[in-house]
Amino acid sequence: MTITETAVRPPDALPDESRWRSYKALYVQTGKTSIANNFQYRASNYFYMIGMVVEPVIYLVVWSTIARSHGGSVEGYTPGTFAAYYIVWTLVRNMNIVFTPFGWEWRVKEGQLSGQLLRPVHPIHYDLADFAGMKFVVIVLWLPIAAVLIVAFRPSLSPTVAQSIVFFFAIWGAYLIRSMLLWVLGMVTFWTTRVGALYQAYFMAEMLLSGRLVPMTLMPQWAQDVAWFLPFRWTFGFPITALVGPILTRDLYIGLAMQALWIAIGAGLVAIVWRRGVRRFSAVGG
Amino acid sequence: MGIESSTVISVRDLSKTFTVPVREAGLKASVRSLLHRQTRDVSAVESVDFEIGAGEVVGFLGPNGAGKTTTLKMLSGLLHPTSGHLTVLGHVPRRREREFLRRITLVMGNRNQLQWDLPALDSFELHRAVYGIRRAEFTVMRDELIELLDLGDLVNKPVRNLSLGERMKVEIADALLHRPGVLFLDEPTLGLDVTMQRRIRSFVAEYNRRYGATVLLTSHYMADVQALCKRVIVIHHGRILFDGDLTALSDRFASHKTITVQFEAAGEIVDLSHLGEASHTGEDIVTLKVARTDVARVTARLLSEYSVADLTIEDPAIDDVIEQVFADGSAEGVG
Repeated sequence: MTITETAVRPPDALPDESRWRSYKALYVQTGKTSIANNFQYRASNYFYMIGMVVEPVIYLVVWSTIARSHGGSVEGYTPGTFAAYYIVWTLVRNMNIVFTPFGWEWRVKEGQLSGQLLRPVHPIHYDLADFAGMKFVVIVLWLPIAAVLIVAFRPSLSPTVAQSIVFFFAIWGAYLIRSMLLWVLGMVTFWTTRVGALYQAYFMAEMLLSGRLVPMTLMPQWAQDVAWFLPFRWTFGFPITALVGPILTRDLYIGLAMQALWIAIGAGLVAIVWRRGVRRFSAVGG
Repeated sequence: MGIESSTVISVRDLSKTFTVPVREAGLKASVRSLLHRQTRDVSAVESVDFEIGAGEVVGFLGPNGAGKTTTLKMLSGLLHPTSGHLTVLGHVPRRREREFLRRITLVMGNRNQLQWDLPALDSFELHRAVYGIRRAEFTVMRDELIELLDLGDLVNKPVRNLSLGERMKVEIADALLHRPGVLFLDEPTLGLDVTMQRRIRSFVAEYNRRYGATVLLTSHYMADVQALCKRVIVIHHGRILFDGDLTALSDRFASHKTITVQFEAAGEIVDLSHLGEASHTGEDIVTLKVARTDVARVTARLLSEYSVADLTIEDPAIDDVIEQVFADGSAEGVG
């Protein structure tokens, strides 16, 4: 039909900022919003964190007992270094909390993904910024827990300046690697709807080959060799060892390089799977 | 009038087919589906054509499952069409280009994009960041929307503390902060009370007037459509049954009109059943449902044979017309 209305052209959108300024604003504002949101739930966050401490404390007590029964150390780890390892573990574990495949299931099932697809930015930026903001709350809440653990278990911890700097970058590197990989895993939801079983398999591999259960140097050599080529140790064991040691300066930088490599691999996988997944989602409906 | 408007939405031979799994109930069927998964194709939208010009407000009507939301999702880039062509503001929606997404919005009455635990102002700030809107323009637009929607202090309360209607108003403000030129509104007044429905209707009308935005609106409340839309597109079973002026819808589909007669002599019972489907709505008032073709003849007889104090002729309520359209189902062609 012929359209004869008085308005002759649609209105322009509001002028936008440069691409980089937009991303900066997105990360800053989403981070701020996340901090505000997480402080709203500070009590439940705190109980969640306290619950999370139980796992490393069990490992710590078991390994300290074994160390004492072996004349004071196991493969160079004394009760003090075990204490340092598992107390730093608690911080690294919190840095490793990212948007999970269960979140993806909810996002697709509840139609939340549609809202995100309508935004003019890739949704991963929102998730990265959201969970990064959460880390600031987590660190504030973690400090008193760490203080109690330090008093209770007396860790041996004396990192160099280089170790401390590398640790700072390594925990954020670990955060990015885990975010990307679990995003890729979560996107399987586009094809299967339920992705929980796959996540459990990932979780088991991570548990054994990351340094979460036990420091990697206590694992058999073949397991250490396999783990070197997988992403898990770079998200858990490496950041902890970077601060606690023992570690050569050269290995600190190799570790950071490996993290950079896995971030690049993760970003590439996110781009590929996202493109295909959205095509699939758009074909079957959301 | 008379100025050729630029086409904002162009839809040509658009179809969408979903492949859905088929499974019978029971354990046997469940085991069988493990080995042999059966599917069937469901056509949600079939060969749909229409164009919408800049500044038009169009009602998109149809019963549940007619294909309205599927079409809106294709227009906003959320769904890829199975076949056909569509452009919105010159963009192909499925590509979801940044410039396209910055110029449209899709508001779904049953979806919430706001930060639940924070005041709406925080969600507005997030919207500014996501859309990369410059601070100065954002502030002007935000304040204008707050005023137009009469939001007042609501924007300072956590969203979870707002009523459904208040939340919808805030949701709409949030969706329009980037000043989109095309609005896809899917049941924006769903579940709201009459006052709030009216408020949202007048806001949509004002937004359209002020910014020349194009609006495609679905609603089950005909009051929304009558208040906002000169033109309606009626879709049923994925096919367009009617596309034209709302007033023409009655002319085309309503098979009857209602004549209301008030007689001069109060208390006089008059039997008019020989003229049409009659019912008494008051002591001296009779309503007659009469075939459209008989209206002139019946009116003439009433005026000549009875002492009539007042007489009105009305089209049936638009809800009844729409119901009639859906009941007829396969009405011919596009208007």
